[in-house]
Amino acid sequence: MAVITQHGQIPDLEETQGRSLWQDAARRLRRNRASVASMIILATIALLAVFGPLLSPHPYDELAWDAMGVAPDFERSFWFGTDTLGRDLFVRTMYGARVSLMVGIIATFVSLLIGVAYGAIAGFVGGRVDAVMMRTVDILYSLPFLFFVILLMVIFGRNLFLIFVAIGAIQWLTMARIVRGQTLSLKRKEFIEAAHAAGVSPMTIIRRHIAPNVIGPVIVYATLTVPEVMLTESFLSFLGLGVQEPLTSWGALISDGVKNMETRPWMLLFPAAFLAVTLFCLNFIGDGLRDALDPKDR
Amino acid sequence: MAAQGNGQTPVLAVSHLETVFATPEGEVKAVNDVSFSVNAGEAVGVVGESGSGKSQIFMSVMGILATNGQARGSVKFKGTELLDLERSELNRIRGVRMCMIFQDPMTSLNPYLTVSRQMTEVLTTHKGMSTADARKASIALLDRVQIPEAARRIDMYPHEFSGGMRQRVMIAMALLCQPELLIADEPTTALDVTVQAQILELVSGLRRDFNMALVLITHDMGVIAGMCERVMVMYAGRVVEAAPVSQVFHSPQHPYTVGLLRSMPRLDETAHGRLATIAGQPPNLQRLPAGCSFRDRCDRRIEVCAQEVPPLRPITPERSKACHLQAL
Amino acid sequence: MPSAGPVGAAPLLSVSDLKVHFSIGGGLLSRRRAGLLKAVDGVSFDLRPGETLGLVGESGCGKSTLGRAVLRLLPQVAGRVVWIGQDLAQLSHEALRQKRQEMQIIFQDPLASLNPRMTVGEIIGEPLATFQPNLPVVAGKKMVQDMMAKVGLLPQQINRYPHEFSGGQCQRIGIARAMINNPKLIVCDEPVSALDVSIQAQIVNLLMDLQRETGMALIFISHNLSVVRHISHRIMVLYLGKVAELADRDTLYRNPRHPYTQALISAVPIPDPDVERNRRRVVLKGDLPSPLKPPSGCIFRTRCPKATEICAREVPPLEAIEHGHQVACHHWRE
Repeated sequence: MAVITQHGQIPDLEETQGRSLWQDAARRLRRNRASVASMIILATIALLAVFGPLLSPHPYDELAWDAMGVAPDFERSFWFGTDTLGRDLFVRTMYGARVSLMVGIIATFVSLLIGVAYGAIAGFVGGRVDAVMMRTVDILYSLPFLFFVILLMVIFGRNLFLIFVAIGAIQWLTMARIVRGQTLSLKRKEFIEAAHAAGVSPMTIIRRHIAPNVIGPVIVYATLTVPEVMLTESFLSFLGLGVQEPLTSWGALISDGVKNMETRPWMLLFPAAFLAVTLFCLNFIGDGLRDALDPKDR
Repeated sequence: MAAQGNGQTPVLAVSHLETVFATPEGEVKAVNDVSFSVNAGEAVGVVGESGSGKSQIFMSVMGILATNGQARGSVKFKGTELLDLERSELNRIRGVRMCMIFQDPMTSLNPYLTVSRQMTEVLTTHKGMSTADARKASIALLDRVQIPEAARRIDMYPHEFSGGMRQRVMIAMALLCQPELLIADEPTTALDVTVQAQILELVSGLRRDFNMALVLITHDMGVIAGMCERVMVMYAGRVVEAAPVSQVFHSPQHPYTVGLLRSMPRLDETAHGRLATIAGQPPNLQRLPAGCSFRDRCDRRIEVCAQEVPPLRPITPERSKACHLQAL
Repeated sequence: MPSAGPVGAAPLLSVSDLKVHFSIGGGLLSRRRAGLLKAVDGVSFDLRPGETLGLVGESGCGKSTLGRAVLRLLPQVAGRVVWIGQDLAQLSHEALRQKRQEMQIIFQDPLASLNPRMTVGEIIGEPLATFQPNLPVVAGKKMVQDMMAKVGLLPQQINRYPHEFSGGQCQRIGIARAMINNPKLIVCDEPVSALDVSIQAQIVNLLMDLQRETGMALIFISHNLSVVRHISHRIMVLYLGKVAELADRDTLYRNPRHPYTQALISAVPIPDPDVERNRRRVVLKGDLPSPLKPPSGCIFRTRCPKATEICAREVPPLEAIEHGHQVACHHWRE
């Protein structure tokens, strides 16, 4: 016995596809010109990072005795000039891009994994477990980060992988707090209660109901974490604690560049410009994502 | 809709009002060619569901539309055109001679200021009273709206009052300058029914004492039956029926009004079978059908309903309806 | 007036002296003593198959809390909930979870009760997937679409998302989800309060039709006395966590004995100007007392027009004054 309320319609039997919230958000994001432009620029930088060195005849670690500290010179294909040891700055900037971007992405990923799991569990279980977990986070927060990293570097040497882990291990704290907050507010939503009432098991609730609804803010925060991580890595490199020579990162290049700022400004200009543009783009994308995923716009 | 011709200028005269909102998905006409008037001391009810435009009419009248909204047409308060009035002039009328109260008192009460601050401010600004006099007058008004221990409570913050009392405070604030017109937008919808009865009785009494015109916007026909003399039924931004209250309830002339009245369970009913319903969904203002907006849900529709929008036409000097059908 | 289900049939649900208390404030390091909020304070009732019990009351009466406590979605402090002869408190977590197929709930805010990132088909099908994980996909989909048609939704909209539907349609989705495992009881927590009046009627009709067809029981929670009267067989009036009156619907309206019920009934507006103009309202004094500091004796006495000395001293017991009619008032005879 059907109670039909659609009045006088001939039902078409084709199943209509729904318009999910992700699709709505993607549409809103596409409309945000700053974000779209930033994504294009970022993609270009990433492509350059991967394929750029192939364009240049110079390897990144070759010392050109006859071209030390030379300004940008198109005849000899030193498009960004060379550093004081005669190494081509264009290729080094591209290699630096690889390292900086990798650190940014991997460290953020590490912090995401740890932070989301930790925060979701704390938020979902609640009560004393939550209190203990969060006080631990508070204590860890108050430890001086730099000290910790220097300690790691001293004990284990300057390992690229270690940098990923160290920075990621610091960033997860904020991610955990954010995810916990989101989980707490989600827990009170009626559809979670409905799932409980329908007999869905707690693990399934976390997986099917909480996780997809927490991902939005997590993505936004992750996008804004990448620039933070990159800056941190740059800072470490600037202090001489970053990647080992001859590998380089933007931070290391900037560090060199500052030392030669007055006589060879191109050594500072190019890596700094790339870093700045990348950070700008990431921030614009993060802002765009936040606006696109904002539930109030629904 | 004809004014109760007694020669006086109506307190509010709305003529061909259209309110349009610009949205990313296109223009939405929330109020579509609405005309009516409210006379001094009269109580008019405006009833409708979501998308009817009942609130937006009065947001346009008060000039508090959202930034993407624009009102066209004519809105006259005692002969003064409001729609393109200077801000400073408008502020001398709204909040002083014409006040509005809302469903949620916290929209008009500032949570960071004490009630006394908020009330005395109105009087010192608009009536030039001294602070001491303003405070006395405010306490007297709080007494009048039956706030116990008014002299003590006036120094409290809005969140320290209960829901019903907050509503009374809002009413008191609206009445500080003894306005000629009070617009009440779903003032009791969020309140318990016993509190609602108290508030409505209070508003009735105040209306008589202050000889104030009242516009009561609600979806509850029961409230209209008890409070109002005339009622306007709205659907999809248009007025579909306007008449004195007793006539609307005893012989509704528009299929929507008929459907609305029949679909409401009455507390004093004796039959408990299925409720007569209006088929379909509330109107989507972005995709209104051609012709009469109600036609898809109407069980009495005829051919012309799909072609022409029925105009609001008087059927007696006191009643009008917007329907192609001759009579129901 | 006939009550639903065969007379003498064992009750589906039997609630005895149910209490739900919350402690407010306090905490690990706080010096403030925790206050005790007695949201539900000793409620008892039976429910038979096919019957609808209406729960009415105003803010703070505990009706929503009671509905959730019956389904064990909230911890109860005291009292028993016996479901088809089984004391729910004695069940293990897993056994209780299994029982959830038989007792369901629909919520006040239709959109908020649906996961915005799941399709309608996934939402309605979730209870199926939870309790029949080996059901083939095609069979499950057919069951979902059949249920959609039954509640008045177009089956071909199975892949749409909740935000693409209106409020009334979202509530239908909620009802479909609650019904898909053929429950014997559905607790309806203010299911029509957030809907337009004309849509309320559709949903009320739908619930009544489904009840007639499946013989399930309903607990219908609402502050709208008119709607409750229409859909319920019996009505229970709550005030600050206690039962004021319990009677079948016609008796409650024609012969209310508790002053609070009388005030409630007289306050409800009736869409008839002649009736409204001639009404004499019972006006309550004062405001709702704080639930953390309820008055001594009868909790309603601070607002009651009939309150006397005994009301401050003794809590009025819930007594049966005639068959099926219980009142908790010292002065019910007046």
